[in-house]
Formats: sequence, C-alpha cells, structure tokens
Amino acid sequence: MILAWLILVLFIGGLAAWLAEFVDARLPRVVALVFLLIDAVLLLGLMNATPFVPAEGSGEWLVYLKAEWLPRFGIYFQLGLDGLSLLMVLLTVFLGVIAVGAAWSEIQERAGFFYFNLLWTLAGVIGVFVALDLFLFFFFWEVMLIPMYLIIAIWGHENKNYAAMKFFIFTQVSGLLMLIAILALAYNHYLQFGAFSFDYFQLQNVQLAASTAMLIMLGFFIGFGTKLPTVPLHTWLPDAHSQAPTAGSVILAGILLKTGAYGLIRFTLPLFPDAAAEFAPIAMTLAAVSILYCAKVAFAQTDLKRLIAYTSVSHMGFVTLGVFAWNEQAVQGAVMTMLAHGLSAAALFMLAGGLQYRIHTRDMREMGGFWARVPRMAVVALFFSIAALGMPGLGNFVGEFLALLGAFQANIPLTVVAALGLVFASVYSLWVIQKVFQGVYRDHPDHGESLVDLSRVEMVFYLLMMIGLVWMGMYPQSFLDLSAMTLGSLL
Amino acid sequence: MELALTLQDLVPLLPIEVVTGFVVLVMLLIAWKRNHTVSCAVTILGIVLALLATLLVLPFAGQQITDLLVIDNFSLFFTAVVLATTGCIAVLSYPYLYNLNDEVEEFYLLLLIATIGALIMVSSNHFISAFLGLETLSISLYAMIAYPVHSKEAAKFPLEASVKYLVLSAVSSAFILFSIALLYAQTGTLQFTDLSVATAGAEVRTSYYATTLVLLLAGVGFKLSLAPFHMWTPDVYEGAPLPATTFLATVGKAAMMVLLLRFVVASGLLNYASVVTVMGVIAVLSILGGNLLALVQGNLKRILAYSSIAHMGYLLIAVIALGSASTTLGIEAVSFYLVAYIIMSLGAFGVATVVSTSEKEFDFVTDYQGLFWRDPWLALLLTAMLLSLAGIPLTVGFIGKFYLVLAGVEGALWGLLLVLVAGSGIGIYYYLRIVYRMLLQSEVQQEYREAGWGSIGSYVVLTFLLAMLVLLGVYPAFLMSMLEVIAVSV
Repeated sequence: MILAWLILVLFIGGLAAWLAEFVDARLPRVVALVFLLIDAVLLLGLMNATPFVPAEGSGEWLVYLKAEWLPRFGIYFQLGLDGLSLLMVLLTVFLGVIAVGAAWSEIQERAGFFYFNLLWTLAGVIGVFVALDLFLFFFFWEVMLIPMYLIIAIWGHENKNYAAMKFFIFTQVSGLLMLIAILALAYNHYLQFGAFSFDYFQLQNVQLAASTAMLIMLGFFIGFGTKLPTVPLHTWLPDAHSQAPTAGSVILAGILLKTGAYGLIRFTLPLFPDAAAEFAPIAMTLAAVSILYCAKVAFAQTDLKRLIAYTSVSHMGFVTLGVFAWNEQAVQGAVMTMLAHGLSAAALFMLAGGLQYRIHTRDMREMGGFWARVPRMAVVALFFSIAALGMPGLGNFVGEFLALLGAFQANIPLTVVAALGLVFASVYSLWVIQKVFQGVYRDHPDHGESLVDLSRVEMVFYLLMMIGLVWMGMYPQSFLDLSAMTLGSLL
Repeated sequence: MELALTLQDLVPLLPIEVVTGFVVLVMLLIAWKRNHTVSCAVTILGIVLALLATLLVLPFAGQQITDLLVIDNFSLFFTAVVLATTGCIAVLSYPYLYNLNDEVEEFYLLLLIATIGALIMVSSNHFISAFLGLETLSISLYAMIAYPVHSKEAAKFPLEASVKYLVLSAVSSAFILFSIALLYAQTGTLQFTDLSVATAGAEVRTSYYATTLVLLLAGVGFKLSLAPFHMWTPDVYEGAPLPATTFLATVGKAAMMVLLLRFVVASGLLNYASVVTVMGVIAVLSILGGNLLALVQGNLKRILAYSSIAHMGYLLIAVIALGSASTTLGIEAVSFYLVAYIIMSLGAFGVATVVSTSEKEFDFVTDYQGLFWRDPWLALLLTAMLLSLAGIPLTVGFIGKFYLVLAGVEGALWGLLLVLVAGSGIGIYYYLRIVYRMLLQSEVQQEYREAGWGSIGSYVVLTFLLAMLVLLGVYPAFLMSMLEVIAVSV
C-alpha cells in the first residue's frame, strides 16, 4: 500500500498546492516542498525493506502490490519496487526537490497551478517507475504528459505554444503506437492462455512468432525511443527544452527522458529478448549516430539551452548503447549514466535558466567574461561541464565507461565509433565555459545590475547535486548494488 | 408476420409509452397556458419517469414485441442512455431559450418527439420500425434546427441549416428506402435476423446483395456524417441553435450507430468482402478528412462537427472488427465508445450552451481566450471534455479508445489502427489549440449573458458529466461488466 501512497501523496500535494495559492501566493512552493519531503521519507523507509520473491512473479522485489482494477480485461493495479525502480524514484524525488528550488523565485505568476502541474508530472513519473501492469504503466505514461504540456505552454518562453504542441504530439503519437503494441501482446496472451492479461510476469510467458515479436517490439521501441530520445525521433526535445521554464527543463532532462530508458530495460528487452537481440545492431547504430550527430549539432548552437538539450540526446545515446548490448556491465553503465546525467543535465539547465533569469537571454553570442562578475556560478558551471564530459571521479564517467565496456563485448566497431563521443563532449563542454565565462567581460546595458552571483540557497541546491555526482564517481558500488538486484533477474 | 399486439406486450414498451404520454401532456399544457418553466419541468419529469420505467421493465428484457420491436438488455441500455442525454439537453436548453423573443415551449415538445424516434431506433430490428423511428427523429430535428427562425435576432442561421439538413437527410432517407426495397425484392423479408438466413442460399447473387448494402451504407453514412457523406455536418452544426446541435450530435448519432450495429450483427453484412472494403475506405476518409479539416476551423461548433466525423470513423473500425474474431468485444467497444462520445460531446457543447443564449452564441475559439483565469471551473470543464475527445488518460475518452484499439487488434485491422493513430495525432493539435487559447491572457472581457438561477441546472449537469468522465476514465469496471452482459443479448 505504501507504493500507492508514494504516488497519491504527490497527487494530493498537487491539489493542496493549488488550493494554497488562495491563502497566500508564496505558500504553494512550501506546500510542494513539504509533500515532496513526505515522499522522500516514505522512500527512505522502503530502503531497508528485505527483498522477496512474490508468489506469482519472479525477481526480487522490495515492495509489491496487486489489486483488482478492471477484471474484464485482466487489468490489475499492480505495482512493484525493486532496486532499479528505487534508484529511479529516488532520482525523481531528489530532482523534484531541486525543481521546486529552481522555480522558487522564478515562478511568480499562478504559482499554485504551477506546483500542481509539477507534482502531478512527478506522480506520473513515479507511477511509470513502479507500475508492473502494462495498462497501468501506459496510464501513468500518459498522465505525466498533460501537466508537462501545461508547464511549457503557460510558463514557457517566446515560442512556447509551438514547443509544447510538438512535445505533446510526438509523445502522444508514439505512445499510441506503444498502446497498440501492448494490446497486441495482451491479445496474444488471450490467444494462448484464453484470457487477456497485462501482467508483466504473465506476459513474459507469451510465445510469439519471430515476425510478430519484432513488430510488437518496434511498437515499444518507438514509444520509448521518442521519450529517450534517440535519433531520428529527437527533434521535439531541443524545442521543448529551450522553451520550458527552468524547473520544467530540470524535470524533462533529469527525469522524463529516463522513463524511456527505464521502459527499454524493464519491458522491451525482457519481454522480447530474441527480437531485441536481432534489432540490437540497428538500435546501437542509432545510439552511435545520436551520440556523434547530436554532439556535433550541439557545438553549432548559439542558444545555451538548445546546446544543453542536444548534449542530452548525445548522452542518452550511451544509455541506448548500453541497454541494447544487454550484458551486466553495459546495463549497469546505462543505469549509472541515467542517474549521473539526471543530475548533471538538471544542474546545467538550472545554470542556463539562472543566467536567462538574470540577463534575459540564452544567446551565447551576448555572453562572455562572466567569470569576473559571477565567480561562484562560473565554478559551478565548470564543475558540471567537466562532469558532463566524463571526467573520472564523477558519476558520468563511471556510467559511460561501463556502458562502453559492456558494449565492447557486444559490438566492437560501433563501440569504437561511439567512444569518439567522449572527445566531442570535451569540445562542446569546454566551448561553453570559454564562450560564457572566460574571455573579456563586455559591459552590456541589460546585464549590469541584474547579473548577480548565486545566492546561498541556490548554492545549497548545486552542492547537493555535486555531492551526488562525486558519490556516484567515487563509490558507485552503492548504486550498482541496488540495480544489480534487478539486473540479476532480468539478464 | 405477427403484428397482433397483446396487453402483455405493452409492458416492456413502458419507457416509450411514458415519453409518448408526456408528449401529449406537454402539448395540452401549452394549449392551456404557455409557461416556459412548466414546459421544461414537465419534460424533465417525463424523462425521469421514463428512466425509472426503463429500470422497471428490466426483468422483461429479451422479448420480441411483434415483428417490429425488440426489448433486450442492449436496447434497454441505450434507451437509458438516450433518455439521460435528452434530460441533460432539456436542462441545458432552459437558460439558452430563456430570452428568445418567440414562443419557446414547443422546443421541448419537439425534443420529446425526437426522443421517441430515437427510442424506437434503438429497440428496432426490423426495417419498417427502423425507418419510422429514423423519420420521427429527423423530422423533429428539422424543426428544432430551424426553431429560432422567427426571432428577430437569432444568433445563427437556423433556416439555412434546417433546409440543408432537410434536403440532404431526405435524399439519404431515399437511399435507405431504395436499398430496403431492393433487399425485400430479393429476400422477401424486412426482419434483420431473417436476412442472413435468406441470403445464405445460393440463389442470391453476391454482387446484387453487396451493391444493395453499399447503397444502404451510403444512406446511413449521411446520417452518421461519415466522409464522403459529411458535407452537411459543419454547416448544420454551426447554423443550428446549440441545444439542437447537441441533440443531433449525441442522440442522433448514437441511435443511428446502435441501429447499424444491430443490423451488422444480425444480417451478416460483413461476410461480403466488398462491403468490408467500402466500410474501411469510409472509415479512413472520415478519420483523416474529419481531423484534417478541423485543423483550419476557428469556430468551436465547426471544430466539434469535424471532430465528430473523425470519431464516427474511429467507431466504424470497431464495427468492421465485428466481422472477425469475437463479436461481443466489438459490441462492447462500440457501446462504450458511444457512451464516452455522448458524455464528452454533451459536455463540450454544454459549456458553449451555458455561456450562450439564443441571441448571442459564443462559438468562436477566440471567445474563450483567457477563460482559465476568468472562469476556472468552466475552463476546467471544457478542458476535460477536449482532452477526453483527444483520448488522454484519466478521462473516459481514453478507455473508449482503448476499447476501439483492442477491437481493432482482435480483428487484425492494422492498417486502420495506424490511421487511427495518425488521426489522433492530428486531433491533439486542434483540441490543444483550444486549451492553449483558454490559457492565454484575455484581451477583452467577454460579456457572457446568463439566465440567472436557470443556469444553475446547467452547471449541475456539466459537473455531473465531468464526474462521469473522470469516474469512467479511472474506474470503468462497473460499466464494463454491464456491457459484457448486454453485448450477449444482441
């Protein structure tokens, strides 16, 4: 039941935050923070649970819940939390707190409704990470879209309508393809066992003809690949990111993209091992193309947020690469990359958002020499840039290294090509530092007063993320142990 | 042919009799003394009593009343749906007609007569009763669409809409009649269930039968506004007063679809490959045409008109799926989607009706700019209805789409399903455009006219619809099990 509460708390918190606006305009953010902390406490309570194998399932789970929902089609309210889910939910709640921090002073208009949308998005995401019934999974998958759409459409920047619409149509259409795939799978279960089922464990028993399995698998891949995103389904992401408010970008880059990767690990490969293995060379090629092409495109951007958005696509390429290599090291690497990228990308988007808040532009051509004016911000930016480029000792390095190490065992040429991405990453990361923070500071009429350094509160948020990245880089075992629990049974 | 009506046969027909009785009562009341409030209240009372009567006759389900009507769980379910919808429309009509500078009471009379037609249609498995029901519905609708025509300042163009609907509807009725005659000439029966037996013999030529059925489909396509027979829809929707539009879009469509469903199941229509192909083409044209044309509209009524064309196309997929695999799932899918479609159309038109009156309709998307910040509750209602039409989870539209896709998967209609995905993708654009418009800052303060306490009822109806929308979107188990039962009875 505690799993259901994990989600419900955020739904209720969203409503509470909305209502709180009518009491005081500054109250919603406090309410949102409180409910997120309640969630965090619930979650920490779960960490000490002893793993067990549920009667009708396989694998080790910390918490498991199954209740009847729509018996006509064998749909259950089935939730489960294992090591992988736990890591993802932890990341979600952590970045949720960070996002509230990012929005703290930026969102002044209609704050109640903003935090309502923020918490409902997070609730949908947590639902995705713990749902085991495929119908329920799809339900949550879609639930997170509308509030995210509203966040971009209401609080976004100059081109918000276009970006929000594009985001929605891409994810919705690919989602419907996934729905068809899910229903085709459930129908095949009906043909073989005489009843519809959306149960994760039961669906693993369905025997499919190779061609059918491939088509269904592709349906899932398109759904997840759009969210991930992977070339050529990535074009919504730069628009959505550059137009979203800072907190929206943090959620998008830090968490929403991870739902795609999570779906691949949890559903696509375990449900269709053979079809996925056959498809792996293509998926890994797409991953390598994502890594290199988006790194190249990132380098050509002048819009700071678009640049970071493209680097996100590039980094998520390592995740796809690791997942489709499908051996322990590679998938561990993918999971570590998801976590580390969640923090580093969120921090970079916060910096970009912070800069935009201060000088009202994201155009790097109008920036330069900021180190002199905002030294603290510059140091923080340098830290997260070198984290993103894969400096040993920080989380991203561990993830990308493991992903490449595992992928090397599966496909040598593609891994060699993909590894070049690390070189490109250094180029664009340092390029940003040079363009924005180094060089000569030119006085700009718009900047003058408003370009102030990070406040103490902001520093606390960045510091939290720094600690996370250093922890992941120095002692990754604490995370690897958790995900090993899941991967042991999946692989 | 057994046409003798016994006294026992009258019992299962109680809902229809109650409505007919109230038609007479409302007419007499108008003749005695005109009073808008009384007419409306008596109409609603009649509908509520008819709903109760529907519950009462449940134990008598599963009877053929003469050759013309069948009272089974399926027809009773849709009897209840039609009655509930009409009740909602009656409540919504009151504030709308409040300021009309003409006699308003007959509108409720027409509403009740049209309802009788719809009730006959959902209970019919014979061409004669089907046609009579259809004409009763249509003829009342001509008058309802033209209703404010004598008013000095009618909001829209009721006469144009009515004439357009009259001419095209009459033509399509002629199509239907002609195909019925052709069918009768070959088979010698007008009973749906006998058709499959009669045509099973080798003496009926396939091409003849298929041609006849395609003629019939053309007529039905007009009534359901399926492309390429959809031309009248946007004009009639826009020109008609809102309550008439709502009735046409909900009860009018649903009754025809129920009839089609019964006919398809009973007649073995889908055994003809050419008929299936024609239906597939109609579905594709409706989905793509409806959605694409909706993209360029600026008028809410026209957008909903085109979107209804697309939704009828989606529904047709499930009807086609009846031909293969298990029939019951297809029937459940169509029934559920019809209920979903009625809830969300009623809600969307209802929001427009609440803010409009017979002299001034707020039916442009721009009229709703900034509604979120002016009237959050109304904006929330409209947003929920639009998101449901787009098929987003937490709403009944999502479960409806789930049913349709499941039926399509079972029938292995992959091509049609891909068209459905494409159509839904396009659909999101124009639904969200309205939502986005409501989120913008309003430039001018729209002066919505309201009819005092009369619109409280409308708000109650809309809130009820929202509750149903969410309830059936989150926990539709009870409706699912109900549909499982009624689907067997067809």
